[in-house]
Amino acid sequence: MQNLIEYAPLLARGALTTILLALAALALATALGGLGAAGKIRGGMLLRSLVFGYTTIVRGVPDLVLILLIYFGGQRLINIAGKAAGIEYMELSKFWAGVAAIGFIYGAYLTETFRGAYLTVPGGQREAAMSLGMRPLQVLRAVTLPQLVRFALPGYANVWQVLIKSTAVVSVIGLEDLVGLANDAGKSVREPFLFFSAVFFTYLFFTWVSQTIFNAAERRYALKELGDAV
Amino acid sequence: MRFDLIAENWALFAGGVWMTLQLTALSVLIGFFIALPFGLIRAKSNGIASKLINAYVYAFRGTPLLVQLYLIYYGLSQFEAVRGSFAWVILRDAWWCALIAFSLNSGAYATEIIRGAVQSVPKGELEAAKSLGMSPFQVNRLVLIPIALRRSLPQYGNEVVFMLHGSVVASIITIQDILGVGRTLNARYYLAYEGFLTAAVLYMSLAFVTVYTFRQLETRYLGYLRVSR
Repeated sequence: MQNLIEYAPLLARGALTTILLALAALALATALGGLGAAGKIRGGMLLRSLVFGYTTIVRGVPDLVLILLIYFGGQRLINIAGKAAGIEYMELSKFWAGVAAIGFIYGAYLTETFRGAYLTVPGGQREAAMSLGMRPLQVLRAVTLPQLVRFALPGYANVWQVLIKSTAVVSVIGLEDLVGLANDAGKSVREPFLFFSAVFFTYLFFTWVSQTIFNAAERRYALKELGDAV
Repeated sequence: MRFDLIAENWALFAGGVWMTLQLTALSVLIGFFIALPFGLIRAKSNGIASKLINAYVYAFRGTPLLVQLYLIYYGLSQFEAVRGSFAWVILRDAWWCALIAFSLNSGAYATEIIRGAVQSVPKGELEAAKSLGMSPFQVNRLVLIPIALRRSLPQYGNEVVFMLHGSVVASIITIQDILGVGRTLNARYYLAYEGFLTAAVLYMSLAFVTVYTFRQLETRYLGYLRVSR
């Protein structure tokens, strides 16, 4: 226990890295998911099949495989490009490789979430808004998006809960996140069970906090009592 | 790309596929036998057993599989009592630790699936069984469980793919599953694309086969729901 207290600041730094990684990946995934959904809904043949390829392939491949592919494959690309440009050696950032891989993966899941939510908003509402003379952007902002948030929230919460657990495997490429640092520290003081237990409960805490926040958000965006709405 | 190297190492990859299939199938199977009683208890009672099971489910669904694996594989060796016991033969072995971690993980997810499926069984079907004079045990064995299992098929298919994808963490503790072979190739020849891309294609194919199989099972065992709609 003494060791765990001594190493607490180090583990806290790791936990911070984990959270930042997860949030950055979520931001990327949200952007990709939004673009993907827009492409699937509004795009032409080519764009639609491109997005279809993206979501199908990415959802078929495990997260760690993609992380290793992006990290080692990206490093090799950089080496080749560096040699051609005459630059000595550049190292790919482990943090950003992790963000890119995880964001890329969950962007595919969010594409489906957003697309499904968009399709749930009845088309008549858009038409009604347009018939009132609203411009397409106004319709999106004032009519479609608020409802889209409501329908997408449960799926979005699910993706986040899976995403944050997914960050654990980024430690495999040597990132000094919560899992990576606890692994090193736990082994060096010969108390791996204690240190991994700490990681276990930290993750449990993360998922619990996220659940609480998303529950509150879902209440915030839920339909009010039917009586009020009608 | 050097396809000759992939071809040269085909036996390694075949072994990796076998290892991945073995780990995934066994953990899903053991997980199922954990989840069936647990899911039934969760669906039917609110007592202390149900609460304990809920704690297990919450803990295993709320933490990364990798951390669970590390806790068992590296963590347990911290204790003298474990290292001295007869169980050490199993707990020092990477394969057994992976199987234990994966089974417990799959069991937790499947408990939720079965709980949901049991609760989705229409009351009328159970009442009909009772009205025929079946004992509670007969109702469970002949009506409730078969119907619940059929209804859990779509989600169970997702769980199997989830486990297939999750099983990649076995490669981190030196097991030569599909990704383990990919990593070996990367380490031996420094060929990132060949090893990892082959692994990606293999995982994707297995995932598609799994999805297809469950689609077939759904048409076979859940088709009656589609007709009645």
